[in-house]
Amino acid sequence: MSEIQRRDPRREWIARNRLHPEHASVLAERGGAANEWLGPNGVIRKNPHAIGFIGPNGVKRIDRSGAQRGGQATGGARQATQDTRRDVTIAAPAFLVAVVPDLSGGRLSSHDRDLLGLARRLADADSERRGAVLAVVFGAHKEDGFADAGIDRLLHLESPELEGYAPEARVGALVAVEEAWEPHHWLLPDSKLGGADLGRRLAVRLGERPATGVWQIEADARGEGGSGWCCTARGAANTLDIQRPLPRVVLALAECAEPVSETRHAAQPLVLAQPLPAQLSRIEDLGPVAVDPAGVALAEAEFILSAGNGVRDWDGFHRAAKVLGATEGASRVAVDDGFMPRDRQVGATGTWVTARVYVAVGISGAIQHLQGIQSCDKVVAINMDSGCDMIKRADLAVIGDSAQVLEALVALVEQEREEKRHAA
Amino acid sequence: MRPETRDTPSLEITVLVSVGRHPLTGRGRRADQDARGVELARGLPEAEVQLLHAGTLNEGSETALRGYLGMGFDALALLEQPEGADILPALAETLDEASPQLVITGECAERGEGSGLLPYLLAERLGWPMVSGVVAVEGVEEGIATLLQALPRGQRRRLEVRLPAIVSVDGAAPAPRQSAYGPARRGQLAFVPGAVSLDDDWAGWQVQPARKRPKRLKIVKAASARDRFKAAAAKAEGGGGQVLEGVTPEQGAAAIFKLLKDEGVLR
Repeated sequence: MSEIQRRDPRREWIARNRLHPEHASVLAERGGAANEWLGPNGVIRKNPHAIGFIGPNGVKRIDRSGAQRGGQATGGARQATQDTRRDVTIAAPAFLVAVVPDLSGGRLSSHDRDLLGLARRLADADSERRGAVLAVVFGAHKEDGFADAGIDRLLHLESPELEGYAPEARVGALVAVEEAWEPHHWLLPDSKLGGADLGRRLAVRLGERPATGVWQIEADARGEGGSGWCCTARGAANTLDIQRPLPRVVLALAECAEPVSETRHAAQPLVLAQPLPAQLSRIEDLGPVAVDPAGVALAEAEFILSAGNGVRDWDGFHRAAKVLGATEGASRVAVDDGFMPRDRQVGATGTWVTARVYVAVGISGAIQHLQGIQSCDKVVAINMDSGCDMIKRADLAVIGDSAQVLEALVALVEQEREEKRHAA
Repeated sequence: MRPETRDTPSLEITVLVSVGRHPLTGRGRRADQDARGVELARGLPEAEVQLLHAGTLNEGSETALRGYLGMGFDALALLEQPEGADILPALAETLDEASPQLVITGECAERGEGSGLLPYLLAERLGWPMVSGVVAVEGVEEGIATLLQALPRGQRRRLEVRLPAIVSVDGAAPAPRQSAYGPARRGQLAFVPGAVSLDDDWAGWQVQPARKRPKRLKIVKAASARDRFKAAAAKAEGGGGQVLEGVTPEQGAAAIFKLLKDEGVLR
């Protein structure tokens, strides 16, 4: 009708004002021109929030060259970070480096991963003659990341004699492995979880003098001792550093090397040609002994039931801890309010715990508390608030009233024990 | 007064003791785990306990060894060996001759290499079973000892072992009694002859006071600055955890129960 541009200053104002409730609808109405308009003084205005696109790393990019207009709004749909690890397959290894991980709780511990990193260093030192890392695993396990941890060959030995505390049978099996493949090195974790015991037995059986408490290895140019490596080991109750050529059997401490992170390996299963030799065991395992969970130090407890501000029914909580056989913990609020003793406090100002399973009941997850449970494997949260930080950290979160959930859990455990008793 | 004749044959125990080192002052003392081993042996009824030490005798070590005598012993057998000697052959020979039913040692020495291999080497040499990390001997019946073994995280395991056996004592075993001064002065150090063999490997190694281990750095392998910043600044995000919302308490409890079962923490 006319050439005169009609302007609605109010709508323009709404379009500029991102906080206005009608902002989105006005922008949509103005269509493609939403990111550019004529200002009240006749100047072209641009809305930087409406232009641009989301880059490959999820960062918003504005390309001012004009090459990429309107390619915006890939939204929050970030593409998954690419797996950049190389796949490594060693078909014909020049030698083997054998590792016997602890697999405490059926998974590779961080100590095991460090040890596998050490094994990789030994195996990959010479790119012409590459070795393969052989892991010997006893009994059932829950680990599925053997390939990521840097294992080329996996020998899984399962037999009833190897279950529980059976050092003699296990050493017999390792000697069978030695006879079958003759690994260049045997690496075991120097840990109380079994590696220290088994490694010493193996070394004595093989007639080698092992290096114990190794925390560093270096390539040795002088080539003394034939292995081309020298190691630094702790001695005399951690007061001495002993430098010596690297022997065949090595018992290494935690953090002896960096774990494998850049490559993925094959983890091909191996099978022992001969059956395991039958052994007369002079040590019989009568199974674990029930210990009072309240007597276990919080820092080394395996299973912790921890209470926070959300707990109202304290009798129910204590009863649940008793029935589940868990060590009791508490957040700072519960301690400050006098419901729990100070020595049960978990977190930055209390105890840093290392539990395998940590059940947080009514704990919202303050950063100090989350620091304290950093090294826990599995975290279970029972909470009313689905938006709290503890839920983000938890592997399993149940939103609901903690007292009712605990009651139901106690009922389940008791019911199962009852069934077991009847079956037996 | 103690009766002279007993109905049950007594249990012969040899405790291998060593000279310890105080962690702060560096002075000689009773080695912690060995003293716990002596305490463990003392606590057994019907036990005849012998102390055996292999090493040099000088001023520093004598005070430490007399510390063991002060726990209620008349004598300590001393197998004299020069500094830096391999004590294994002499010890094995002596034990073979004495043939005790139970040998108790500490887990690892507080001086020297301290590799903790000695009980294993002795066990292999004598052909006896070896159990590590023992905190209590619950009983001995018909040549079979029932032991309580310490596991990490304060757990315990019960084992049965056929005697003769070697056990090493864990640091969680009951604390040793105080050493009494008078008996410690009065006790005899009885010399036992033994062969001497030198440890050539040990002489060839470089030994120095322990350095502080470097703290592991948190290495962030990130392709972009944004990832590095996030790793440095962000707190724990949702790690793909399962969230059960709007379920009945029973369903929630069942999910938790399954997880606890899978982890094997329910007994």
